[in-house]
Amino acid sequence: MSEIHFDEQVDITDVVCPVTFVKAKVALEEMDEGQVLAVKMNDGEPVQNVPRSIKEEGHQILKLDTNDDGTYTLFVKKVGE
Amino acid sequence: MLSNEQLERYSRHIILKEVGAKGQKKLLNAKVLIIGAGGLGAPAAMYLAAAGVGTIGIADADEVDLSNLQRQIIHSTQDVGKAKVQSAKETMEAINPDVKVITYRTFVDSESIMDLIKDYDFIIDGTDNFPAKFLINDACVMAKKPFSHAGIIRFKGQLMTYVPGEGPCYRCVFKNPPPKDAVPTCKQAGVIGAMGGVIGSLQAMEAVKYILGVGDLLTGYLLTYDALKMEFRKIKLPEHTEDCAVCGDHPTITELIDYEQTECEEI
Repeated sequence: MSEIHFDEQVDITDVVCPVTFVKAKVALEEMDEGQVLAVKMNDGEPVQNVPRSIKEEGHQILKLDTNDDGTYTLFVKKVGE
Repeated sequence: MLSNEQLERYSRHIILKEVGAKGQKKLLNAKVLIIGAGGLGAPAAMYLAAAGVGTIGIADADEVDLSNLQRQIIHSTQDVGKAKVQSAKETMEAINPDVKVITYRTFVDSESIMDLIKDYDFIIDGTDNFPAKFLINDACVMAKKPFSHAGIIRFKGQLMTYVPGEGPCYRCVFKNPPPKDAVPTCKQAGVIGAMGGVIGSLQAMEAVKYILGVGDLLTGYLLTYDALKMEFRKIKLPEHTEDCAVCGDHPTITELIDYEQTECEEI
């Protein structure tokens, strides 16, 4: 499995909805177009909702990796300003 | 950087495409002055405080009266007798400690208004008398400040937004104050309590949109609300009037005027 290069990372395992998405969104806002963000999130509700919300904002979902400890890492490419 | 607590407090804002963290930071850096802590100023102040507008100035010379409480929801029964600006400050700070509230316990007149408005990005007219409304308009035109005009009486309300260079001012539309006693004050005529909530909240909405730079403001339009008929009307106003006495091409009003103030209380 090839590792994805990322520019920034954010951990949203310590917060609950909707701050999960908010933290990811804020991290993306501060990045440049084309950069990749790694978002570490808990299984369950965050995995179900955060990728969808990020996609609705127009960003590109690259990959969702399991960390085999009940958390996942989502790789997102920033689209737009 | 926004703190985790701020991300949570403003999460419903930040989620919005039109706001985001950037917009929330604009709100936190913005300065809005509310003139009048009454029926219109109360809900406007509370929504702006809740929204995280970082600096809110509030001007009013009066004390809280028992008869205010039917509509001025920023004040409580225990505040009767207290300066309105103090009562309003306490409520706003209780809603949101991020907000810095600056109080001006003064009647706004031609001597004081230019100094009062100079540091603010947007002004909300929450007064209930024509001398104050014309004064605020003329001062904002002269100082090139955007402001929201509103008025409420009985079951009716109206508002418009002035932005320098983008449409008519209040005086373009209404020229001069009406003759004394031609229009009753709300003390004489009455006003339904929720009217301040409807119109004052719309004023807060205009301030927020102006700060964020999103959507269309109520410039060049007068929005009227008739609660009994449950009708909103958005009336197109004439373009910027070349012969307006204050914002026209050759203004005849170059100094502020203190029109005779009829006996009145804040709405």
